[in-house]
Amino acid sequence: VRRTHPLLALLAVLCLGFVFAACGGDDEKSSSSSGSGGSSSEQAPGQEIQKVSGADSKPAITVGSKNFTEQFVLGEIYAQALEAAGYKVKKQLNLGSELIAHKALQTGKVDAYPEYTGTALTSFFGVKTADVPKDPEKAYEDTKAGFAKENITALPPTPFENTYRLGITKATAKKLGDPKTISDLKGKEKDLSITGFPECKQRQDCLLGVQDAYGLKFGKFVSSEQKYQVLDSGDADVAFIFTTDGDLAGGKYVVLDDDKHFFPPYNVTFNVRNEALKNLGPEGQKVIEDVQKPLTEKVMQELNARVDIDKKKPADVAASYLQQAGFVK
Amino acid sequence: MILATLGPFGDAIDFIFHQRESQAGTVQVGGLGEIWELTWTHLKLSLAATLIATLIAAPLGIWLGHIGRFQFVATSFSNIGRAVPALGLIVFFIAFLGVGFTNVCVALVLLAIPPIITNSYVGIRGVDPETVDAARGNGLTDRQVALKVELPMALPTIMGGIRISLVSVIATATIAPLANVDTLGRPIISPNVYGSAGQLAACLVVAIVTLGADALFVLLQKAVTPEGLKLAERGRPGGRRLAFLSSKRSMQTS
Repeated sequence: VRRTHPLLALLAVLCLGFVFAACGGDDEKSSSSSGSGGSSSEQAPGQEIQKVSGADSKPAITVGSKNFTEQFVLGEIYAQALEAAGYKVKKQLNLGSELIAHKALQTGKVDAYPEYTGTALTSFFGVKTADVPKDPEKAYEDTKAGFAKENITALPPTPFENTYRLGITKATAKKLGDPKTISDLKGKEKDLSITGFPECKQRQDCLLGVQDAYGLKFGKFVSSEQKYQVLDSGDADVAFIFTTDGDLAGGKYVVLDDDKHFFPPYNVTFNVRNEALKNLGPEGQKVIEDVQKPLTEKVMQELNARVDIDKKKPADVAASYLQQAGFVK
Repeated sequence: MILATLGPFGDAIDFIFHQRESQAGTVQVGGLGEIWELTWTHLKLSLAATLIATLIAAPLGIWLGHIGRFQFVATSFSNIGRAVPALGLIVFFIAFLGVGFTNVCVALVLLAIPPIITNSYVGIRGVDPETVDAARGNGLTDRQVALKVELPMALPTIMGGIRISLVSVIATATIAPLANVDTLGRPIISPNVYGSAGQLAACLVVAIVTLGADALFVLLQKAVTPEGLKLAERGRPGGRRLAFLSSKRSMQTS
């Protein structure tokens, strides 16, 4: 009987395992890639950030963010912009969920972090999803008032919002006669399946609410977290997507307008502890407001795509954004 | 009520028996009807995956064990299936199989194959060579040796492999809702709808199903153990052993 030496076998398996795992990973990446690397973003040229006098003598400001792509990129943008203005900056860019980030901000573990208005209102200030103001300005005012009670200032919101929409592939759009809004699906939705994360099916702020608001009844709900892959494989015709998803940057999908304003606004505000804001002064505050001005939905999609699809580091993506937008030479 | 004294567990048990309004409002969740539906899907999926894995892996392991070669394939190579997480496989397969029963089933089959191949191989290899020699000496053909001598004697070990697979498949089937198959994992990954009571309730049911399946297999394993082997075990110093120890050889190699 021939027997392979057990150690040799173990070694071989380990190697094979790694090779297999590596291949699997690569395949996933390339299958979801939409090649958006080269596409140019229309970023309005900004003013180069000037050094703020006396900034380097102020105590360091700790910039935080939650634990997903867009938050990493935003955290880096704010942090690098403040650094460019001469402030001392520390980064805590992987705080976890909003509840943890909020706690860190309240207790001074971080001095500032970006949060979505809709999230702040529902998760921190006890507003029911249905009661969140549909007007982004009003939602910002409410968010600002909520944070003010905690000695935190919500700086003005970003132009983009990262909220839910319904997305379809271009091919599906053609088949359905080019719908532009969710209302345009009326009458056709019974033959359509819709995909979203598993909980969405039974939630009033997701599938149930959309069906009520628009008087729709989708044929089938497909629960999955891989919304774009599920659209591509044809398992679902419509998907709950986020407006700044990197996958949208490739132009493969059509986003339907929320014409009845069902989804709450989710613009980003950079929320700074009042003590830290004093150190930043009006000049530092202006840096934050300026640097987020070019961040439209398209630009944010592109930045997210560079991280999620092109696999670049958030810090590098933020740096090249600041350069391309003219904030940094 | 007694349930009240059990705290969160009481609440979870109540969830199994009585419907209640979902954490997110408007819909009803829980109750025997829904729990049974989820359990049934869970069982169907787990049994289908284990059965398919057995049909693929047992003959392969038995054949490899009989010819006594490619130990590498039987004991090590097949373990790659266990090194890749099932969730990764499901995501990977979406492009080829879409989401749904087939996708999850294939991922679980891959998870279930290694222990069955390993145990089948080791079980056949572990048959006393003298017994095999005696069988050949009596004029049994190669085929007869494999099916009438080796297989019956290896059966308890092979069943042990299937049992390990079934248990891990039942536990892993909780991720199926991420690919549109509503198993008992649904309440576990949807706390905003089912609440922590629903989460715990589903965990309890999964645990009960797993223990039940395991117990059933202990009995099966006992039933398929040839009388001769049982007598031999009894004759040994140290006396009778518990059924699960009969797969001790497989533990060393897997």
